[in-house]
Amino acid sequence: MDPLAAIRETFFQECEEQLAELESGLLAMEGGDQDPETINAVFRAVHSIKGGAGAFQLEALIRFAHVFETALDEMRSGRVPITPDVLKTMLRAADVLADLVRAAHDGSETEHPLASGLVDELKAMSGQAADEDEAEEDWGDFEFQPMAAAVDMPEAPAGPAGFVVKFKPRGDLYAKANEAALLLRELARLGQTVVELDAHEVPPLTEIDPEAAYLAWTITISGDTDEIAIREVFEWVDGDCELEITKQGPADGGFDMASLLARVQDEAPAEDEGPAVVPANAGEVDVASLIANLSPAAAPEPEPAPAIAPPTLSVVASAPAPAAPDAAPEAQAAGGPRKSEAGATIRVDLDRVDRLIDLVGELVINQAVLAQRVMEAGLARASAVAMGLDELEQLTREIQDSVMAIRAQPVKSVFQRMPRLVREVAAMTGKPVRLVTEGEGTEVDKTVIERLADPLTHMIRNAIDHGLESPEKRAAAGKPAEGVVKLAAFHRSGRIVIEVSDDGGGINRERVKGIAIEKGLVAAEATLSDEEIDNLIFMPGFSTAAEVSDISGRGVGMDVVRRSIQALGGRINIVSKPGKGSTFTMSLPLTLAVLDGMVVSAHGQTLVAPITAIVETLQPKAEDVHSLGGHARVISIRGGFVPLIDVGMALGYRRDPLEATQGVALLIEGEGGSRAALLVDAIQGQRQVVIKSLEANYRQVPGVAAATILGDGRVALILDIDTIVTVSRGDMRKAS
Amino acid sequence: MNQILTSNGQAQAGGMKELISFRIGAQEFCVDIMAIREIRGWTAATALPQSPSFVKGVINLRGAVLPIVDLASRLGFESTEASDRNVIIVAQIGEQVVGLLVDAVSDILTVTDDVIQPTPDVASETAKSFIRGLIAMDGRMISLIGLDRVLPENVELEAA
Repeated sequence: MDPLAAIRETFFQECEEQLAELESGLLAMEGGDQDPETINAVFRAVHSIKGGAGAFQLEALIRFAHVFETALDEMRSGRVPITPDVLKTMLRAADVLADLVRAAHDGSETEHPLASGLVDELKAMSGQAADEDEAEEDWGDFEFQPMAAAVDMPEAPAGPAGFVVKFKPRGDLYAKANEAALLLRELARLGQTVVELDAHEVPPLTEIDPEAAYLAWTITISGDTDEIAIREVFEWVDGDCELEITKQGPADGGFDMASLLARVQDEAPAEDEGPAVVPANAGEVDVASLIANLSPAAAPEPEPAPAIAPPTLSVVASAPAPAAPDAAPEAQAAGGPRKSEAGATIRVDLDRVDRLIDLVGELVINQAVLAQRVMEAGLARASAVAMGLDELEQLTREIQDSVMAIRAQPVKSVFQRMPRLVREVAAMTGKPVRLVTEGEGTEVDKTVIERLADPLTHMIRNAIDHGLESPEKRAAAGKPAEGVVKLAAFHRSGRIVIEVSDDGGGINRERVKGIAIEKGLVAAEATLSDEEIDNLIFMPGFSTAAEVSDISGRGVGMDVVRRSIQALGGRINIVSKPGKGSTFTMSLPLTLAVLDGMVVSAHGQTLVAPITAIVETLQPKAEDVHSLGGHARVISIRGGFVPLIDVGMALGYRRDPLEATQGVALLIEGEGGSRAALLVDAIQGQRQVVIKSLEANYRQVPGVAAATILGDGRVALILDIDTIVTVSRGDMRKAS
Repeated sequence: MNQILTSNGQAQAGGMKELISFRIGAQEFCVDIMAIREIRGWTAATALPQSPSFVKGVINLRGAVLPIVDLASRLGFESTEASDRNVIIVAQIGEQVVGLLVDAVSDILTVTDDVIQPTPDVASETAKSFIRGLIAMDGRMISLIGLDRVLPENVELEAA
């Protein structure tokens, strides 16, 4: 990637952040946030996008951002009142801006269908239409500003006024452990400084008194500062130096030959402490040749400058000085909160993080292997080796947690896409909806977040389209016309739980059951509990929408949502109260790199069953197990029959079925809510395992989801429960 | 004794090949040394369900899951009853890394291309599909094996 493309990429990444900031700011204002800083943040976001767009000449984006920014500025200054209607327009404008950014990113910069309408609305709002010319002019002077918007760049050297400080320390200054360099640095904080060193008093080396001070400096400070501030810098050395501060008129540019020369070789060591080291045999320092040596390739010597004649080594302490808070109040307002964030985050290639996670996974396995070996060696638990190993284990776990935390991100990134979705769906259905989000800061693995977006989108669409009643019905039920959809995330026992709830009518159980019977999903005479009926909506082939609407029901049902959640190792269920609404609860693992597994054995093989799929474990009793022709068996669990699958046989480890009473059954719930009992020889325990791919060096194996490495260093297979269940079902059909 | 490899790097030049030779039962085979990553002792493998008989299972190779192919069984001989005496040759085949179970590694040979003779038309079909040529050396016959067909292809998976 060429550098410009890389910068462009960064710009778009930052745009996404700005857009998120913009939207959350507007939403906060909609929620009643009156903090001027919020408006500032919103304004800044649009301003930064416009700035970046200017640098890349993204015309459509600039034009829209400019109008938007002007409207926001009017709002910021209080000329446009902050009303819900205004904010709604702003939010729509934010959506359009987001589209424009994405279009620009894809390189398909075209006119947005909604843009011109919104531009008119925004202009009308801020009275821009009237002074169109001014506006045009206004953005004529607008130029590229770096995205970081450091804004705290002090006045350029050619600023209006400045001070000339002549500073000559006496020996006492150094004797009191003061340091001239530090004073110069302090001065640099007050504004742009040009520092010239006057070393002409430095005697030949043989005559140098190491305790004496020979150097003096002339510092030209330009920028917004005053004499008191300068005096304060020298407060502690008052009396130990000669100090002369003179105010300068409007700077003449201060572009003298000396500083020019100094610039040419600004990497020259700033020999500003103690006596300068000079050639012992020379009475005078030949600065001209010194400079020439320092920068042989540098600009040809300008005409003999008077500044060179005396042995003066000038050093430009340029580098924009970090602005002191009081030095740049303007910058503070514009770049305020960002200051603390700067440098707090870094962008890292995801591959590097993943490689690190892999390595740590290996470290964890290695540590477990080592621990087991030490145990086998029969060392006492209190032995130094065992204790050292315990510490190693703790350390390893900590490293693992920290590494996993790198991939962890707040769910905010997916939650913040939802307000827009809600606005769109609300507009399409004509139902006023308010989205409430909670726990946006809850962290979970990046991959989980990415794969959450689709199911969440679908569920929110469903909640509005099917969950919420029409405003008329709501009014009849005595509810406020505006429906509420709530999206909440929190951590519970090492997993992340995400809830999508609505305050609609709840599930119409009669209708759901009717449809399920009609579609042959359940028998007509079946008696189902309320909970079972509610869960019917997750069945494949179930879709409640009588007519396929534009919003939901594009042939994608809740079964797809359920499947994608299960693919992430999660579970989903629904709780519905008639007249009060429904709540979908998803529980997901925090990471996809490790899995909570139940370690079991079947015919001498150690296997891992994902705990998420296991509902309960039980010891089969002889009277509960029934043969169903051939090898097929069923087990009765609380009155219901579920197929009993011998894992050893299903995987081909043994030919003859295990006596059911000899083993342990794992009651599992597979895809689509179907239940089955897996018969294994024994349960060894429960453990968190690191998931390893089988496909990397081999291929997919039916019935096996992946592999892992256990404490003894051996590979154990992770069961793919759904496949085992479906394959066994096929066998049963063949058998019958 | 054969020419033992000296790592002078010259062997690769001018049609020279370096081969690693190993024993399965009484027969000797060899493969291109460039495909070999390491040689290690036998460790018990975890059996894989629904796999061809020549796939012994998978082992843990420093955190990676490595399938083990019983080369004897793959070439159509009796399958190996693996023990501590057996050796696993870890080979790179395309993108994948595979362990080959053999009886013992015997030598490293440096040969020129013209030493490799074409396979006569007598070998069994299975063996023929793997054997790329024969090398006569000190009165012994060594078969050169191509590794690209060692792993079961995914087509077989459907049939299994």
